[in-house]
Amino acid sequence: MKPEPTVHGKPGESGIQPSLNLPATAPAPTGPAVELVDLHKAFGSKPVLRGLTLQLLRGETLCVIGGSGTGKSVTLKHIVGLLRPDRGTVRIDGTDIFQSDNGRLGEIRKKIGFLFQGAALLNSLNVFENVALPLREHERPSEEEIRRQVTEKLALVDLTDAAEKMPDEISGGMKKRVGLARAIIRNPEIILYDEPTAGLDPIMASTINALVLDLQKKLKVSSLVVTHDMSSVFRIADRIAMLLEGRVHKIGTKEEFRTSEDTKVQKFIYGDSEGPLRRDASR
Amino acid sequence: MIQLVARAEAWFENACLEAGRALLLLGETVSGLREVRRRFGEIVNQGFRATYGSLPVTVLTALFSGMILAFQTGLELQKYGQEATIGYVVAASMCREMGPVMTAIALAGLMGSSYAAELGTMKVSEEIDALEVMSISPVRFLVMPRVVSLVAASLGLTILVNVIGIIGGALVGLANFGVAFDTYFTNAQEILKFRDIWMGLLKAGCFGLSTAILGCTMGLSTTGGAAGVGRSTQKTVVISFVMVLVLDHLINFFVKAMGFLEANV
Repeated sequence: MKPEPTVHGKPGESGIQPSLNLPATAPAPTGPAVELVDLHKAFGSKPVLRGLTLQLLRGETLCVIGGSGTGKSVTLKHIVGLLRPDRGTVRIDGTDIFQSDNGRLGEIRKKIGFLFQGAALLNSLNVFENVALPLREHERPSEEEIRRQVTEKLALVDLTDAAEKMPDEISGGMKKRVGLARAIIRNPEIILYDEPTAGLDPIMASTINALVLDLQKKLKVSSLVVTHDMSSVFRIADRIAMLLEGRVHKIGTKEEFRTSEDTKVQKFIYGDSEGPLRRDASR
Repeated sequence: MIQLVARAEAWFENACLEAGRALLLLGETVSGLREVRRRFGEIVNQGFRATYGSLPVTVLTALFSGMILAFQTGLELQKYGQEATIGYVVAASMCREMGPVMTAIALAGLMGSSYAAELGTMKVSEEIDALEVMSISPVRFLVMPRVVSLVAASLGLTILVNVIGIIGGALVGLANFGVAFDTYFTNAQEILKFRDIWMGLLKAGCFGLSTAILGCTMGLSTTGGAAGVGRSTQKTVVISFVMVLVLDHLINFFVKAMGFLEANV
């Protein structure tokens, strides 16, 4: 019997109590929020995605796990149209994003919040301006309304005091929280997280996990989380998809993963460096 | 030999690709000009940065260029007792050629490289991707303000460089050849026609545009982390310098072909 993967912290343990005061968005009743259909992508002669098919259901949190180079981040970049597949397509709410013109793509992207691995904050803007940027560029509400919304989102990630700081004056964990505040400033329906807890201490990782759960519960957002952090996965996931060699190797609930007899799955979950997964990766 | 041909082919292919990228970016920047009013604050910021940052270098360069030009031509003209005409040579050379070229070289080294490094760093740290995901066009948000401000800065600095270069020439004329300021500036004024001024400014505008577009193109196409940023910066400086000279010749050629130059000389 394998030991239960360690779970860092419990909701609210970090002392940060996220509270959302946002208009609840009614989830569409049918159809997946995101659909990846037979995605193929190669960089030069190196294939990364080899027929990836995956669905993110409405209101669920789907964690995508897999070794380095299996195409997790590449998958996320396809969902927001930063990369075009060699074959296959991506549908958001049933709309093929690669058949959409720039205006339509902009509308689709409005539904999506993206937390980058390194937060990707604009270094020339302070924390407040980073979070306010999407509002200033699109909705352009009054300055008072911008201040209200940004303050609300910064409070949500417990960073109200850091509003005037520049990105190079704050820690990696704070940057991620600012990135999350920016990702949710336009109240997206779908949130994509690229390694949200990578490089964070356990308490900060727990805070991020709590925020992911809170957003999912209160806003009914659909979340796709790419991560290596198995403790996060077992805390936040409704379903887990494991990628191997550019395809979905296994998809199922946490319980199905815990009880899986598949040695590749077991080795990845429990971090065993010997065995078939390692051989596959090196091949 | 086959390897050499293959390398040349790869180089040519790459050069065409980058030229294509630069032209596309130029097109997008032109289409982004409708946001000039909205981004006026950023244009002013960037313009201030380009002008203020380049001022010491351009002023010194201009002063010494004018002085060297006056000294060398003065030595030759003195042989024929024509040193009083230094003002003609310095004013015409500064306004038609030296002023725009000196300014462009300074801006390419200072601002072109800075744009490539800035945008390159933003590219490798996923800031450009973040803008795209937020449906914010990096061209309108980052490139257009830089291009507009550098063209404006190039025009302004060129006028300043021309003036300072001519003053530098006057100082050398007086100190080394005994040409009175009055004589020098009367001659300078006599030789300079409106066409000299606009030709110089046309060049300055084209050089500023080319440097800004090249810097931004190289920055936005950066890959490969810090080393990639270094490569983009280096390429920007080298290509910008070459482009300044190529464009200078092309503008001279077209201006002459259109008959503007003959009317002036």
